[in-house]
Parts: sequence; C-alpha cells; structure tokens
Amino acid sequence: MYDIVIIGAGVTGCAVARYLSRYQASVCVVEKEEDVCCGTSKANSAIVHGGFDAAHGTLMAKMNVMGNLMFPALAEELDFEFQPNGSLVVCMNQEDMPKLQALYENGVKNGVKGLEIIDQARLREMEPNISPDAVAALWAPTGGIVCPFGLTIALAENAYTNGVEFRFNTEVKALTPREDGWIIQTNHGAIDAKCVVNAAGLYADVFHNQVSQKKIHITPRRGDYCLLDRTTGGFVKHTIFQLPGKLGKGVLVSPTVHGNTIVGPTAIDIEDKDGINTTAAGLNELIEKAGTTVSGLPIRQVITSFAGLRAHEAAHEFIIGEVPEAPGFFDCAGIESPGLSSAPAIGLTVADMLRDKLGLAENPNYDGKRKGILDPKKLSKEELTALIREEPAYGRIICRCESVSEGEILDAIRRPLGAKSLDGVKRRTRAGMGRCQSGFCSPRTMEILARELHVDQSEITKMGGNSKLIVGTVKERL
Amino acid sequence: MTTRKLTCIGCPMGCQLEVGIDGDQVVSVSGHTCPRGEAYARKEVTNPTRIVTSTVRVYGSKSGAVTVSCKTRSDIPKSSIFDCIKDITGLAVPAPVHIGDVVKANVAGTGVDMVATKEVL
Amino acid sequence: MKHYDIVIIGGGPAGLAAAAAAYDAGVTDVLILERDKELGGILNQCIHNGFGLHTFKEELTGPEYASRYIAKVEERKIPYMLNTMVMDITSEKVITAMNREDGIIEIEAGAIVLAMGCRERSRGALNIPGYRPAGIYSAGTAQRLVNMEGYMPGRQVVILGSGDIGLIMARRMTLEGAKVKVVAELMPFSGGLKRNIVQCLDDFGIPLKLSHTVVDIQGKERVEGVTIAQVDNRGKPIPGTEEHYECDTLLLSCGLIPENELSRGMGVALNPITNGPAVNESLETSIPGVFAAGNVLHVHDLVDFVSEEAAAAGRAAAAYVSAGCVDAEHKEIPVTFEGGPRYTVPGTIDPAFVGDSLTVRFRVGGVMKNQYVNVYLDGERVIHRKRPIMAPGEMEEVKLTRAMLDAHPELSSICIKVEEA
Repeated sequence: MYDIVIIGAGVTGCAVARYLSRYQASVCVVEKEEDVCCGTSKANSAIVHGGFDAAHGTLMAKMNVMGNLMFPALAEELDFEFQPNGSLVVCMNQEDMPKLQALYENGVKNGVKGLEIIDQARLREMEPNISPDAVAALWAPTGGIVCPFGLTIALAENAYTNGVEFRFNTEVKALTPREDGWIIQTNHGAIDAKCVVNAAGLYADVFHNQVSQKKIHITPRRGDYCLLDRTTGGFVKHTIFQLPGKLGKGVLVSPTVHGNTIVGPTAIDIEDKDGINTTAAGLNELIEKAGTTVSGLPIRQVITSFAGLRAHEAAHEFIIGEVPEAPGFFDCAGIESPGLSSAPAIGLTVADMLRDKLGLAENPNYDGKRKGILDPKKLSKEELTALIREEPAYGRIICRCESVSEGEILDAIRRPLGAKSLDGVKRRTRAGMGRCQSGFCSPRTMEILARELHVDQSEITKMGGNSKLIVGTVKERL
Repeated sequence: MTTRKLTCIGCPMGCQLEVGIDGDQVVSVSGHTCPRGEAYARKEVTNPTRIVTSTVRVYGSKSGAVTVSCKTRSDIPKSSIFDCIKDITGLAVPAPVHIGDVVKANVAGTGVDMVATKEVL
Repeated sequence: MKHYDIVIIGGGPAGLAAAAAAYDAGVTDVLILERDKELGGILNQCIHNGFGLHTFKEELTGPEYASRYIAKVEERKIPYMLNTMVMDITSEKVITAMNREDGIIEIEAGAIVLAMGCRERSRGALNIPGYRPAGIYSAGTAQRLVNMEGYMPGRQVVILGSGDIGLIMARRMTLEGAKVKVVAELMPFSGGLKRNIVQCLDDFGIPLKLSHTVVDIQGKERVEGVTIAQVDNRGKPIPGTEEHYECDTLLLSCGLIPENELSRGMGVALNPITNGPAVNESLETSIPGVFAAGNVLHVHDLVDFVSEEAAAAGRAAAAYVSAGCVDAEHKEIPVTFEGGPRYTVPGTIDPAFVGDSLTVRFRVGGVMKNQYVNVYLDGERVIHRKRPIMAPGEMEEVKLTRAMLDAHPELSSICIKVEEA
C-alpha cells in the first residue's frame, strides 16, 4: 500500500511528486502513456506567465504569481531551459486602452512586480517588428519562456531519484474507497493508496466525478500552433500577446528557449479528449490572426504545426485540494493556462496538503538538485575535445538540424526514467525537432534505441503503444 | 485489330501514343512527334522489358551493412518483374561483395543474372 | 591548425567530382569532409537504375554511379574523413569539424567547395492538418529504411508529391510487398520524369491524381488513413471532392531544399529562389574562395549535371588557389531573364573568367510548350533554340561560348528570354 498515488505524469503530477519527495512517504505516479509529459504538458505555448491576466482573488491568480516567482531558482536547481524574456500585451486600438489599464490594475492587485504600460515609441524600440497599428502595451518583465518537456522531465527525474516510483502504460480504470484509503483499479491490476492525487489533466473530471457528488466538466479546448525555423530567432524578443478576448489569450508570437518562434494557439472547444489533430480551418485562423500584432511574420518558415488540448473546466478556475466527501482524494483539476506557470506552486501546495494530512516527516536523503542532459554546445572546444576523448559518442552527430550527438541520445535513454521511444528522445534532446523534422536522424535514432533497449528495430515506436515505425522486413509479404 | 495507349517516356512531352496491333504485329503508331516515340511504342507493345533493381541480405560485412543492392544485368521481360523479386526472396550472400558479382544466376529463369551494384566489404 | 589548399564539404556526387577536378587542375592538396560512414552521399540509397546516361552513356544504379567517382578520388589518393560533421565555417575559411576519433578538428582552407546537398521538405513545412502519428515519412527516409536497412515502413501506402523520389519509392515499396494506393500531386503536372511515371506507376497500376493534396491524416498512434481532395488553380482544396484512403503510411515527396545552414552561418549570400548561394560564373559565392556546386547550389534532376557543375567548381577553386588565393577583381554582369525562367545559375558573369564555354542553368515556373529560349548579349540574340516543351521539373541549360562573349568586349547585359519566336 502506497501512501500516495498520483494519477498522471504531466507537469502537475510530476511537480506534486517532486515536492512530495521531500517527505518520507511511498509515492507512485501512474501514467497511461509510455513516458512523462505526453498530454497537455507537451503541446502548449511554453510560457511562464507573469500573472497579471488571471482575475484577482482566484486560485489561478495566486498559483500563477507564486509559480512565476519560483521559476528562476527552480530552473537553476533542476537544470532546465528557462528565460525571463518578459512579455508584452499589445493594445491594437485606442478604444481598448481601458482594457489594457484594467489588465494592468488586475496585475498590480495580483502582486505582479514591474508592470508598466508603455507607449508606442517604447514598444517599437523594444520590438522593431511590432505592427504599426499597435498603440500601447502592458510590459511584464517577469514573464518568461520555458521548455515544457525540460521542466516536466526534470521534475519527474528528481522525484524518481528521491524515491518516487513511476508506472507507465498504466491506465486508471476506476477508484473505489476502502477503509483507510483508495483502491485504484488499473489495466495492470489494483493499487492501494492512502491518498490519491488526481492530476489527470483532461481526464481529471472522470476521476473527480467517480468520488464526488459535486460534478465538474472538463472540455478539451484545442489550440493549434505553428513552430517556425530557428532562422526566425530574434523576430521578437519578448512574448507578444494580444489583449485577451473571450476565448483565451488570443494568438501569441513568442521566441522559444531554443531560438524558434512559436505562434498560437487557437481556442476550439471539442469533444474528443485525444483530439490533438490540427485542422485546416484552425491553421488558417492561426496564420491570419498571428499577423495582427506583428508585421512581416515569416510564417513560411514553419517547420511543424501541432495541436494541444487545454483542460478547460466550466468555472474557469483551478480545482485544487481534498474533496470533502472523499477523504484522501486530492484534486488538481481544471489546470488550463496558466497551468504550466503555476505547476511549481501547485506541486508545492498539494505536497504540503498531503504532508499535513498524513503527518509526513522530512526525507533526510532528499536532494533537490538534478543535472540535465549534458549539452556539448555549451562547452568550450577544449572541454568538448576532452569529453569526446572520454566518450567518443559525443563526437558523432545524429541530428544534423539541431546538432545532437549520439552521446546526448545515449544519456537520454540511460538516465533515470529514460527515453523509450523516438518522441521520448526528441523531447529530451531535441533530436528530430529541427527543420527536417527527423527525416535524417529517425533511422539512426531508432538504431540507437534498439541497441540500448536490447530489442529489434522493428519494436521501436514513435510514442509507445501501437505507434510502431516499422511494420516488418522487405519481401516478407509478396 | 486492337489499339493500345501508351505514354512516351522519351522526353518531358510525354506524347500519348496509340498503337494499332494485329496479332503480334504492330500495324500503326500515332501520336508521336519524333522517331524515338515510334520506336518506343513498337518495343513497348511487342516486347516490353525492364531492368529490375532490389536488394538482398548480406552477412559478415565488416562495415556493418545488412543489405547489398542488385540489378538484373540487362533488361528482362516486364512480365517477369515480380518473379525476379520472388526468386531473390530469402537470399543472403556473404560479404565481401563487389560490383558485378552474381548474386543470383539466371534469375527467375530469365537467362539474366542478378548482380550486385555496390561494394560491400 | 591543419591547412589544405582546398577543402570540400561533402563527399556525395558533387564533392567527389569537385575534388577530382580540382586535383586534375593541378591543386593536389585537397581534403573531403563527409558526415556519413561512406562516400557517395544520397546515391548509396538510390539503388534504382537511370543514372549516368549523359556522362557514361550507360544506365547505372546510384551506387554504381557513385563508385565511378569514388574510384577517381581513390586513384588520386585524395584524402577524405568519414563520419565527420562540419559544425562551423568562418568567413576566413576556418572549418570546425567533429568526429569520434579526433574530437574537434580545426582546418584552415585556401578555398572551399560547398557540396552539402539538400534535404526534403517535411510534413510540417507543408502544413498538412491532421494527427501526428507514426507512419508519416519523407520518401527519402523510407528509401533509406527499405534499401539500406531492409525494413518496411508500411504496407498500405499513399504518396503525396510526384517528384522522382516519390515515384521511385512507389515502385520500390510495391516490389517489396506493399500496396501503393495512390500518388497525389498538388500541381496540375508532375515534377517527375515521364519515364518514372510510366515505369514506377503505370507498370503497377498505381493511379496518379494531379491537382490533389492531402487534407487530413487520421490515426492517433499509427496512420490509419488519409483524406485527399482536389485543389483549385490556387492550390486550395475544393470542398466536396474529399476521398478517403485507408492506409498505414503516408510518404511525402514534395520538394527538396538546399542545405545551407553552414553557408548561412559563414555569411554567404543566398538566392531566395533557389535557397542556395548566389554565385558568379566561377560558381564562387559572395565570399571569395568559397565555391558551391550540386544540390546545395540548386536542386538538380540528373546527377550527371551535378557532376559536371561540381567539376567546374573544383576547377575554379583550383584556379583561385593557383592564383595565390587573392580576390581577383571581378565584374558582375547580372544574368537577367524574362518570360519563364525563375532563376539562373550562375547569377552574374565576368567574361574574363569564362573558359571555352559556360553553361547557364535555369528552371521555368510552369509547363511551356513550343517556345524558344533566346539569349541576348547587349541586346543581340546569340542563342535561339526551340523547346517543344519545358517544365518546372526539368532543368534547362544554355551554353555561352567564348566566341559569343569575345564578340561583345564591352558586355554589360546578359538576358535569357523565353519567347514565342
């Protein structure tokens, strides 16, 4: 029997796991996919919001501001890519100025530091490619950008090395209460736990509604994105938002921590919780809207488009905490934007709730530091030469577009909670994330995966399950 | 008399050829704009041939290669394409293999050898 | 730091031909840097026949064609480094490369020939909507898996794009046991050779649907089907024309893009139409002593012309080195064009640097029938050649001779026109 089972290895579940690993407790994360960071956490804007947007007084606002403040130190501790590049909310016409002012005031009330309304001249100076129609902007210097895979994987790895168990390909089917906790029925048998954390993202309503009479409803809100080539790096320096409309935050244009430009998202409410397909209408809408705040967006430099689903709860508020009629069942539901920004705060808050509930003692062996995958690009020539002498695999480039070496891929596979699929390698190393979109490197990465995992290449998948990349050998079915 | 329609492969024009056939005799060719078109049409309806290329397994390669590419040394009848492939199914040859080495003699009874097209050490 | 008179970036068909030609022109201190484990480049996976008709007057497969040029390099004992990735080149021609054995290698070059080839346009760049499951491959990736590794990437295949690699893969997949259901082509004409349409599609009864594109990809884990639709004359899908195909694989053969990351990094000026370096008659880029040839310069249809072009670049590099690696005063007379061509290579000409003749290559933007290619030097027509058909998929060329250029000592304008007479 575990003290705590966390359902879902997205950024929220992994954050809860990581902060829980500070205490002496047996914790298990169950995840239906083959890896961490496979749902909402992998396909979003990759933004650390300042916290001016969420309505003052809401849990969203509180968690966002608190999470935002935690990022710089956390990025240092866990060694993931984060840049406090600052964000701008651009006002496109004079009539909307009161809205911009209201946003500023909301932000100030939320406790966001450094907010300023800046005029057109200053805006242009900060962002030369801003649309000539922009009249003013809200400048939020605490806004940032993050690698969402890097963050989630770092949290998970650190939780794991501090004793948290992870079970992948394990789908929770039902929750039933027992005397002193819960029985969690999965496709791989039952798991007992004193407490359950519901961090199931889009499926959080399913589990909540199994234990509570107060029903919630989560709507998958699809966001289509386009990612532009790294040659567009520097097109904008800050994250450029449009003044928020009725559906989300409009279309943003932002640099990514890896030097690409991201454009998105749309906001389309759908039924299918796995409906991560882009549509022509969505992409067209995106391209049309993205041109509003900036001029000359090099949209032809798109290298990939994708869609992510936000877990939108009807009340548009985070649902965090123990469900009153289900003791030991803790929700982290309705975690839509600013969920990524809030993740560290949610993790810390929920971990502390569980500590109090179960009376957990500090884990004396806890080590909050984690080293990421060594990036040879950050080494000097001398250091790199020495590294290659020691481990020649760093001298063999596998992904040409992003200059990823075999050494990095081996590290990604061999490290705690290592990669098992092509996408797992991609999220950890960026191999296949460049302009050729894995055309050159995928056969080579498959070869390395097969060798390291001691399986035939035909067993290698793109993302677990039935996503096999090879269906057999030549001439076997003539 | 029957007619067959063909696309000429001589150049990007891709002339639509119409070939009149009586028994096994070509009695007319039309649609071509140059003599190459007519010659192609006559050959294509009476005796269409192709070079077949594929790969066979190779074992013991020092370079780590697992296949070696091969081709029929000359044209074989178009109707024998799949028979050639079937005839080399399951075939594995030892390294080293040199360009021109026979990997399958008289492939599919065509009288033509399947030969290696790559050096595999 | 090591020094070589000429360093060739890439050991594919362009790099091999450039190296041999530079050597034969008298500069023997040449080094080839190749990122793969063998010389030959993409030819190694192009196991089909049809290469070398112009050069060798016989029909070779890709590996056979490559072996002829590898032999030239071996005979001349030109050194090459395999498994070696060039990471960076400075505008001062200092090359930083890396491999497992030597770690970081710095090489100073007197002249450089860029011969990195090209890459395929990806699904992302095409913005095809739908899911992102396993089973979507560029045709070249599938070609590598099938031809080099003996694996089948799928069994029920739809191909988007009728470029030659797509057509070739339709036949390869069919011969190895897959069912290719359809080839869809966005344009109203195929970019592939007629011969490939007949021998790769018609021979096996594979339908080619022109003016069609993929509008949806289904399947959450592995491709389960694709929807294709007809497009209007602006390339937009026409509602109501959708057709569904059940399949487990979508192959993309939608164009090639020169790989100029290194060129861009060193500051070489690029031509926005070709995505390759802008070059003069010596195939020299905007950086003196840096030359380019083959698919990195502009995408070719036939390897024979790659070899020919690269040999010219090799000779030009050798001439640059022989002249003491100094930047000679170069006139830049632009090659202008009207009525059809989208670009020319070279883009500028200095007649003083032209030998017996100079081949100018170009592509047209659409299918054109019964036109003339005319070349004017200072307004005087010096070439007048009838072309029954020209298509974007077939590179065109004109040959300027020494005599033509000598007849215009004060030359200031060179224009290629596609005209009705």
